[in-house]
Amino acid sequence: MNEPMDFLIWTRGTAFDIAVTIFVIGVILRLFEILALGRKQNLAEPKGSEFGPGMKTILTRSIPDLGTFRRQPLTVVAGYMFHIGLLVSLIMFVPHIELFRATFGFSWPGLPTPIVDAAAVLAIVGLLAALWHRIMNPVMRKITTWEDWLVWTLTFLPILTGYLAYHRMVNPYPVILGLHILSVEALMIAFPFTKLMHTFTVFLSRWYNGAMSGRRGVES
Amino acid sequence: MSEATLERGINALKEQIDAPVAAFFSSCVSCGMCAEACLFYTETGDPKYTPIYKLEPLRRVWESEYTLVGKIKKVLGLNKPVTDELLQEWQELLYDSCTLCARCSMICPVGNDIVYMVRKAREGMVASGNSPEGVQGAATRAVTIGSPMGVKLSALEAQIRHIEADSGLKIPMDVEGADYLALLSSMEIMNFPEYLEGLAKIFKQAGVSWTLCSTAFEATNSGIQIGSSDIARTLVQRIVDGAERLKVKNVISPECGHAYTAIRWEGPNLIGRRLPFRVIHILELLDELRAAGRIKTKDLETDCYTFHDPCSIARKGGIIEEPRRLMNMVTTNFVDMKEHGKMAWCCGGGGGVSSNEDADSLRIKAFKRKRDQIAETGADVLVTACANCRLVIEEGLEEYRIELPVVGLSELIADHLVVDEEPPETPE
Repeated sequence: MNEPMDFLIWTRGTAFDIAVTIFVIGVILRLFEILALGRKQNLAEPKGSEFGPGMKTILTRSIPDLGTFRRQPLTVVAGYMFHIGLLVSLIMFVPHIELFRATFGFSWPGLPTPIVDAAAVLAIVGLLAALWHRIMNPVMRKITTWEDWLVWTLTFLPILTGYLAYHRMVNPYPVILGLHILSVEALMIAFPFTKLMHTFTVFLSRWYNGAMSGRRGVES
Repeated sequence: MSEATLERGINALKEQIDAPVAAFFSSCVSCGMCAEACLFYTETGDPKYTPIYKLEPLRRVWESEYTLVGKIKKVLGLNKPVTDELLQEWQELLYDSCTLCARCSMICPVGNDIVYMVRKAREGMVASGNSPEGVQGAATRAVTIGSPMGVKLSALEAQIRHIEADSGLKIPMDVEGADYLALLSSMEIMNFPEYLEGLAKIFKQAGVSWTLCSTAFEATNSGIQIGSSDIARTLVQRIVDGAERLKVKNVISPECGHAYTAIRWEGPNLIGRRLPFRVIHILELLDELRAAGRIKTKDLETDCYTFHDPCSIARKGGIIEEPRRLMNMVTTNFVDMKEHGKMAWCCGGGGGVSSNEDADSLRIKAFKRKRDQIAETGADVLVTACANCRLVIEEGLEEYRIELPVVGLSELIADHLVVDEEPPETPE
């Protein structure tokens, strides 16, 4: 019996199904939990509309205010490095796209692996910088909870193991690939119940912010 | 009001949580950027003033009442409960070190409207008996006497007599069917009567039909500041009743910033119906009169003038271009501060902070931000449009021994107004 191979097959089979199920049901449940709370009807005469400004803020909040950026550039730079690096590695790496195709039946062209490789490095450096910042910066130390450390670790492991697996830096290969998949599954299972949910709720938050400001005639 | 207890406080917090609040707490990744937008953090360097940290009591209630994980934690006894000690400790964070200026809401990368939540969290503080005494006193006076500073109608009438005697202008009171009902803030009545005189002069020239109301002259709303919807509603209702009694079509919010928030944005929601009149801020009205050619100015200043945006009027009220157009009516040398309009820095005294003695020394520290911003412009005169900002800035400048005149924009327009011998007929 080939144990590393069995482990890999398990991570790609049973474990994957469990993780995806928890992820999908959990995310839907959490979004429902939020939206079901609703909003009271606002009776104040509006000065501007809500929908458009809300949509606009979803985009514009990605650009930091210059004055605030100057005060805390590392948060912004590390944030950009990590998010861009992660997104490119996640959706532009050919084997990942193959997985999407096999699961959902559609695909898109990937990027050459050296570019994806650079993106992964970017994400790793970004995450390490963010970690260092969280340890050193007094404001972040004040507001950091155990959940922030957990979420950092759960995000870091898939990128690290993916990088190690791609470069064949750990033997045997099925073990590191299996660990990569397992770490993604851990991430997916924790996702709905932690602040990883911001991936989805950021659209709600920014929209509400932009809409509530827009109603008062202010671009936020 | 019924007796304040922890249970009532927690219930009040529960009631305040809606979909935006849940989305905001779900989105926070503890990045700490909001601290960089807050003058209480930037001027002290103390991380406890990080805006999102000020919301810990509300966050705990949200987590344990409205999330699956939180409910499980609560059953297992793993949740962090909201206690009287916690709320006592947070009084400083939710009141002394927050002016409800909303600058943090503008920069949060995930889009959290933090001030929206601070306003809500204060409802829980009031219901649990954890609001500061100074602000409580102001709120009680507003309900019982009619003004947070204890200004009675007789005091207003005395000021009116003075103004009428000095200027020869008429200040109309209780005129039924007037187009506009003008509201005032206590500070304007007592400290800056030139505002009321300015209005009388401008409205006479522009042919605006207006009146004051003897049962509703106070525009400020301590209920909004302390976080008591009950008190806020009583005060808004007083204005609505007065306006309906006089059958006016428009109500003018005075320069005072939070008064505008109170009547314009919170008012209808507090009384549960749309207002039977239009609310217009004095700067909006002056800008309308300017655009219609009904007011003109002369003898423009050549000294350098700058403008301080009151948070409630600019960032929270969308009145940003109007004051700039009006500034250009009184000076040829108008200079904006680097961060202005929706990104302006607060004077440090809004949201009830200036009536809260506990916050006095912190407010003076926080004022350094505005002091430096003003100095950077090299302006000879500072103009603003809020009596509270004006007093707070005057005090701050005095504290740092800086000589700089601080003027209200409306009275400045009145000072430069072109006055015809015979005022024109109302062109309506």
